[in-house]
Amino acid sequence: MITGGPPAVRLERASLRLGGRPIWTDVSLTVAAGEFLAVIGPNGVGKTSLLRVVLGLQSLSAGTVQVGGRAPRPGNAAIGYVPQQRAFDPDLPIRGRDLVGFGLNGHRWGVTVRPEGVRKRVDGILRRLDAARYADAPVGQLSGGEQQRLRIAQALVGDPTILLCDEPLLSLDLHFQQVIVQVIADWNRSRGATVIFVTHDINPLLSAVDRILLLAGARWAAGSPDEILTSETLSRVYGLPVEVLRHRGRVLVVGAELGGHEPVLAAHEDVIG
Amino acid sequence: MSLWHYAFVQQALVAGAVTAIVAGFVGPFVTARNMGFAVHGLAEVGFTGAAGAVLVGLPAELGLLAACFAAALAIGVLGVRLRERDIAIGTILAFGLGLGVLFLSLYTRYATEAFSILFGTIMAVSRDDVVRSAVVGAVVLVALAVVYRPLRFATVDPEAAEARGVPMRLISAVFLLILALAVAEAAQVVGVLLVLTLLITPAGAAQRLTPHPGLVILYSIVIAVVATGGGIACGVVTSLPVSFFVASISLAVYLTARLIGPRAPAARRAAA
Repeated sequence: MITGGPPAVRLERASLRLGGRPIWTDVSLTVAAGEFLAVIGPNGVGKTSLLRVVLGLQSLSAGTVQVGGRAPRPGNAAIGYVPQQRAFDPDLPIRGRDLVGFGLNGHRWGVTVRPEGVRKRVDGILRRLDAARYADAPVGQLSGGEQQRLRIAQALVGDPTILLCDEPLLSLDLHFQQVIVQVIADWNRSRGATVIFVTHDINPLLSAVDRILLLAGARWAAGSPDEILTSETLSRVYGLPVEVLRHRGRVLVVGAELGGHEPVLAAHEDVIG
Repeated sequence: MSLWHYAFVQQALVAGAVTAIVAGFVGPFVTARNMGFAVHGLAEVGFTGAAGAVLVGLPAELGLLAACFAAALAIGVLGVRLRERDIAIGTILAFGLGLGVLFLSLYTRYATEAFSILFGTIMAVSRDDVVRSAVVGAVVLVALAVVYRPLRFATVDPEAAEARGVPMRLISAVFLLILALAVAEAAQVVGVLLVLTLLITPAGAAQRLTPHPGLVILYSIVIAVVATGGGIACGVVTSLPVSFFVASISLAVYLTARLIGPRAPAARRAAA
């Protein structure tokens, strides 16, 4: 981990209320530059909202947040963002390379006068992510895994130092989950980039994460995977008896929903069966 | 001397070409943003504006333009979110047509004027009309060029665009105003009831032919120009309504593109 500069993200006694409802309360967390942080917790605990706070799209109801030592602001070029997956219309006249190119100049006014520079950088990131084969196909006709790789390419093409990913493994099969985690872990290590990764399944990330932030409504906890993924910590945070089983390097949580969109037992059927 | 040497035919062709270029350029954004209903709503409010202008002795085209613009502002203010947008459009549209009925009852000679506003006045454009449509067309094209990249980003990938700092509300509002001008232009050629034939159909056909966003705009413009030019030519030769021919050519191109275009469903299945 790089020391010396300001931390990538620092939350101090940060609280968020949406529509009068408390989402999370008094979260204090410093994410060091180069750290890989996974954010887990049940549906609706404000994982996406946390990313929006870091992006400067959502303000806190109490406490402070700093990104790279400064107040967050939308359009910060140091941040790459992979939003939660949304299917593209199959007829949408946009190719994979157009989607990636948005990450470089989509926010700038006017039209692209000299496309050569953009094309070169887009081609570079597409090759790096092994996505060049389908870069000229309409995005709406690609598979979920291919679209996800293009979204990640869009987030990385501007060479960000902070990468925010919102459930990028959703609806991907195990093979593609591993591929995506590998790509992001490579970026994290080779570039020293900070990664904040919202996920419903911690297992594909276990080899890559430094720390886990667990949001659970009234309470939260942050620490290394070994600290967080224990029966004791989860029972305390959820306020329910929760049991953590480990089997061949995978984690199975019994008694609570660890993540957003699938029941945990279904997500880990391969472990039980 | 053939018909083509008459000033009114030449003026119709120039105004028609300008309109078709504008509509063809705006069209792909209308389809990508699912704004067909907004186009229709703006056009019908435009009808009310034209009717009101005639009532007080102003040119109908001026009223059309002003009403489209005002309606776009109102829709922009009322309907920020997508689901609210359709409600805002429907509400403003219905109120606008209500006013139109009132104007119709107040102005006794209104029947012919109403007919030409509803179904197009391209064969009656004056030199002034040509100049005005060229100016409005130039404003639309310059405005589109200025917002081109963020508009595309916001249209295709709104969450990422917002995070990247694209001013989403501003972009939506500017596009509505651009759309209002394009609708007012198109209404002059094909009438307020047929604007979709220039603002949706050419773009719909174009996106069946290529996934390349720049080429979609180019094809859309070409199709709109061919439909308008062909429609005016057929109208001159047959003395039947131009709008009918523009809509027919537009439809024919669209159906052809759907059936044989490289992105037709059958071709997609074969490629998969």
